[in-house]
Amino acid sequence: MQILKDIAIKAEHLGKKYLIGHQEENARYVALRDVLMRNTRMFLSRTKDLLKGRPIIQGDRLEEIWALRDVNFKVKRGESIGIIGRNGAGKSTLLKVICRITEPSAGRVAVRGRVASLLEVGTGFHPELSGRENIYLNGAILGMSRTEIRRKFDKIVSFAEIEKYLDTPVKRYSSGMYVRLAFAVAAHLEPEILLVDEVLAVGDTEFQKKCLGKMDDVTQGGRTVLFVSHNMNAIQRLCKRCIVLSQGRIAFDGQTSEAIAFYLKSREANQQISWPDASRAPGDEVVRLRAVRITGEDGQVRSQFDVRDPVVLQIEFQIFKKTQLAISVQFIGALGNYIMASMDNYINGPWGEQPPYSAGIYKSSCYIPGDFLNEGQLSINLWIYSPPLPPYLSAHVRMLNVVSVDICDNHQPNGARGSFPYEWGIEPAVRPKLRWVTEQLKRNNGE
Amino acid sequence: MQDEVLILEPGRAEKNYWRDLWRYRELFIILAWRDICVRYKQTAIGIAWAVLRPFLTMLVFTVIFQRVAKLPSDGNAPYALMVFAAVLAWSFFSTSLSEASNSLIGNERLITKVYFPRIIIPAATIVSAFIDFLISFFILLGMMVYYRFLPGWNLFLLPAFVILALLASLGPGLWITALNVKYRDFRYVIPFIVQLGLYISPVGFSSNLIPDKWRLLYSLNPMVGVINGFRWCILGGKSQIYWPGFVLSIIVVLFFLWLGVSNFRRMEKSFADLI
Repeated sequence: MQILKDIAIKAEHLGKKYLIGHQEENARYVALRDVLMRNTRMFLSRTKDLLKGRPIIQGDRLEEIWALRDVNFKVKRGESIGIIGRNGAGKSTLLKVICRITEPSAGRVAVRGRVASLLEVGTGFHPELSGRENIYLNGAILGMSRTEIRRKFDKIVSFAEIEKYLDTPVKRYSSGMYVRLAFAVAAHLEPEILLVDEVLAVGDTEFQKKCLGKMDDVTQGGRTVLFVSHNMNAIQRLCKRCIVLSQGRIAFDGQTSEAIAFYLKSREANQQISWPDASRAPGDEVVRLRAVRITGEDGQVRSQFDVRDPVVLQIEFQIFKKTQLAISVQFIGALGNYIMASMDNYINGPWGEQPPYSAGIYKSSCYIPGDFLNEGQLSINLWIYSPPLPPYLSAHVRMLNVVSVDICDNHQPNGARGSFPYEWGIEPAVRPKLRWVTEQLKRNNGE
Repeated sequence: MQDEVLILEPGRAEKNYWRDLWRYRELFIILAWRDICVRYKQTAIGIAWAVLRPFLTMLVFTVIFQRVAKLPSDGNAPYALMVFAAVLAWSFFSTSLSEASNSLIGNERLITKVYFPRIIIPAATIVSAFIDFLISFFILLGMMVYYRFLPGWNLFLLPAFVILALLASLGPGLWITALNVKYRDFRYVIPFIVQLGLYISPVGFSSNLIPDKWRLLYSLNPMVGVINGFRWCILGGKSQIYWPGFVLSIIVVLFFLWLGVSNFRRMEKSFADLI
C-alpha cells in the first residue's frame, strides 16, 4: 500500500467485526428432556469451537456485528481530527485498531510514525506503588523510555502538583491528585501520532482547563492527533476537521462546526440500551451492566419528556462475585456541559462498612422530579465501582453517554415557566419549579 | 529520521515480531519490577514467605519419605539436601507456571488500553518467580553449611538447568494463559497440575527408584530432567544423570515451548476482543 510522505494515517475499507450470541429469550424449557437436549447441543457446539480454536460464544443464535464498516479516510501530518458519534458508533474501536490493540477484520490502515494512545488516564497505575514509581510504570506503559521519563520527571511532577506526595502510595491520593498525576504523565508523551479517547472527562473544572491548554500545545506542536470526545466544546477548540461516525460508517467528514451541527441534528435520543449477552456486556468479572433505560413514572420507555414530567433512570446490573457496590451518575447537557451528579443510596452510612451485594441481577432506579430539568437533550454517564475504594480506582463499569433523552417544553402554563412566552435558553443546567413567596410588607405612606 | 510505515490488515503476520519485542524491553523490565515490588509490599511477611514455603515442603517430604517410607537417598547425600534440591527446581517451575498462566487475566486493563507485544506480561511474571528462587537458594547454602556438605564443580552448571526450568514453565505457561483468555475454565487446570506434579515428579524421592524399564517413559515429564539436573549440580557426582531420559526431557520442553509460543502468537491478536 502506497502512502505519501505527508500522510500520517490512511484507512482503506477498514472494517472490524465482532460475533455475539443471543439467548432465545422466549423459549421456555419446561421438560427435563428439552433441557437435556439443549445442554447437550450446546456442549457439542462448544467442544467443536474449542477444538477448532474458535472463541466459544454463549447463546443459541450467533450474530455478526460490524463495529466498523468500510471506513476510508486520510489524516495529514500535523493535523488534529475530532471523531464524534453516539455510543457504539465505532469511535473507540477505530482508535483501538489504529494503535494495534485489536486487529482489523477487513481493509487496512497504514500508519506512519510512532503511535501513542491515551484511551484512559492512569492505565496500569498500581495503587500500592508510590507516585514516583507509578510515573515510571505508566510512562513505560505509554511507550516512553526510561531516559525520556527521567528527563521529563520534574516537569511531570510540577504539572501534577504532587511534589509533597511523591513517595506516598497512590491509593492514599485524593481523586484529584490521582487524575492530575495520570494526566501529567500522558501529557508529556511525544509521539508523532497521538490517539486520545475521552480522557478530558475527568478531574475538576480547573484541571480540565489546564488539560485543554496542554492539549492545545500538543495540537499546535505539529503532532497528528485523533481526538474522540463527547465534549463538543473541546472538539471545537482543538480540531479543525471532524469525522462523524454512525453505526460503524463515516457519516460526515469535514469542518468541525459543520460536523457538530450534523451530529447534533442527526443523533436521536437512545433512551434504552441492553446487553442480552452477559459476556459482551460492559464490566468485568465482578459486575456487568445489563441494561439502562429512561422511563416515565409508569415504567414505560419514552424518548421525549415534558419538562413537567418526572424522569426515571433504570440501571440493571449483574453481580458475579459478592461485593460492595455503588453507582455514580453524571447528567450531561447537549453541548457536553456537566449539569449535575447523583450517587445511589449505597454511599449512606459509615464509609466502607456497607453490607455487600450477593451475586444476582439487580435493578436500581433513580427518580428525577418533574419541573426540575431544563429543556434540551440530556445524556447520562455511568460509573459502577466498589467502595471503600474511590471510583477511579475501582471502576467496574465506566460508560459515557450511555443513554440520552429529550426534554421538551410544551409551554404549558402549569409548568415552571408559567405563561412566560419567550425563549428561556438551554444554558441554565436546571430550571426547577421552586417555591416562591411574594408578599406585601407595607403599604406606601399616604395611601 | 526516516519514519516507518506500519500496515495493519487482517491476518498479517508480524514480520518484525522479535525486533518489536526487543524494542519493548524496558517495559518488560518495568513490569517485572512492578510485580516484584507489589509482591513484597502487599504481603505482611514478604520475603519470609518465599523462605518458608519451600523449607516446610522440604521438611514434610523428608519426614514422610525418609523417616516413614524409609526411601534411600542418592549416594550418601543427606536426604533433606536431596529433597531441597528438587523443591528448589519444583517451586521455581510451579510458581512461574501459575503466575504466568494467570498473568493476562490479571492485566486486563493494560491489554484493552495499550498495545505492546503481549508475551511481555507472562514473561515478566517469571522474573518474580526467579527472585523467589534466589532467596530459596540462600537457604540451600545454609543447609550445605549445616550438613557440612561441599558441592563440586558441577554447581557452576546450575544456571543452565535454571534456564531449562524456566523454559519448561514458559512453554505451558504461555499456552495456558492464552487459552485462559478464551476459556476461563483453564485456570482450574493449573492448581491441579501443580498439585499432582509435585507427587509425580521425583521431588520427595530419588528418581533412581524408578525401575529401569520405566525410566525413559518417566522422563516424558520434563521436570524429571530438570530435577535430576538440579540434583546433579547440587549434590555433585552423588546423583547421576540418566542421559537418554534427560535428552527426552529436553525434547519435551522444547516441544511445549514451541507449542506455547506459536499458540500464543496466533491468539494474541484477539486478546483485546476476548478478555
